[in-house]
Amino acid sequence: MQIIINGEKRTINDDTTIAGLLKELKIDSQRVAVELNMSIIDKADYSRTILKDSDKLEIVSFIGGGASWTIN
Amino acid sequence: MQSFTEEQIKRYSRHIILPEVGGKGQKKINNAKVFCVGAGGLGSPVALYLAAAGVGTIGIIDADVVDLSNLQRQILHATPDLDKPKVESAKETLAAINPDLNIVTYKEYLGVDNIMEIIKDYDIVLDGSDNFPTRFLVNDATYFAKKILVSGSIFRFDGQVAAFNHKSETSPCYRCLYPEPPPAGLVPSCQEAGVLGVIAGTIGALQATEALKEILGIGESLVGRLIIYDAFDMRFQVVKIHKDPNCPLCGKEPKIKELMAYEQTCHL
Repeated sequence: MQIIINGEKRTINDDTTIAGLLKELKIDSQRVAVELNMSIIDKADYSRTILKDSDKLEIVSFIGGGASWTIN
Repeated sequence: MQSFTEEQIKRYSRHIILPEVGGKGQKKINNAKVFCVGAGGLGSPVALYLAAAGVGTIGIIDADVVDLSNLQRQILHATPDLDKPKVESAKETLAAINPDLNIVTYKEYLGVDNIMEIIKDYDIVLDGSDNFPTRFLVNDATYFAKKILVSGSIFRFDGQVAAFNHKSETSPCYRCLYPEPPPAGLVPSCQEAGVLGVIAGTIGALQATEALKEILGIGESLVGRLIIYDAFDMRFQVVKIHKDPNCPLCGKEPKIKELMAYEQTCHL
């Protein structure tokens, strides 16, 4: 089945969970927030949220910048 | 009856003629007290627009001095301000735009020891800090002090804005989105930390907009939503943030009951 991750189509196996997908993509769940069909999913639900065909997923990086960016 | 001087009526006329603002709304703005964390990339547009709008008391904290590498995006400061404390340069710029205001400056680092004492005097806190430990500190402190927090962050070509109303028990907090700072090694290294300067303007202006809407009590609040801006693909997304019942701070069984300091892994 196909889902859309950050605007791009991707084929995944049936019964893939968010946790499984992140593992497949080699993304540490600590580093991102995951949004499924316009809602942010609680981290505790990653392993029990099974993706469905045509789901739209956004994997949002954790960013912290703002003021001074001193490049050493 | 609202009492404005003739000069104020003229200065704020484009606000006053907006039916959603009016004289009453402008008074709310003039009486508002807003605190800006950082006088850098985000703090610059935030403070400039809030000052122009007439926010009566603007607090700004920043321990740094103006560096040449700041001027690509930190528009509160100009070339003659090099080596000046940022808060001093900020105060001069803001006072030149609007001499009516009370600009309160703090040339220090924000930490566990001073944050509660500082923010108690303000209604809204705008976070434009440059590191994760401060972001978590500001979230936790505004939660304990029951303040409104408008958080902005930028990196490379990306930006994020979110608002949290810690006066409301139904509002999520920053930790509902990001429970803990990212582990060391997962945050981008100092060498990778570039940003297209104008991104700070976009994100800071969104933060200032939300602050003004909260002051005025108008429109659809950003509380409970996150704006994700991708300038490279020129895409804005707005997603819902749910209050997480397992949140370590605002969840049903909170683990965090007092302010905590995180180690800074890399000075960005």
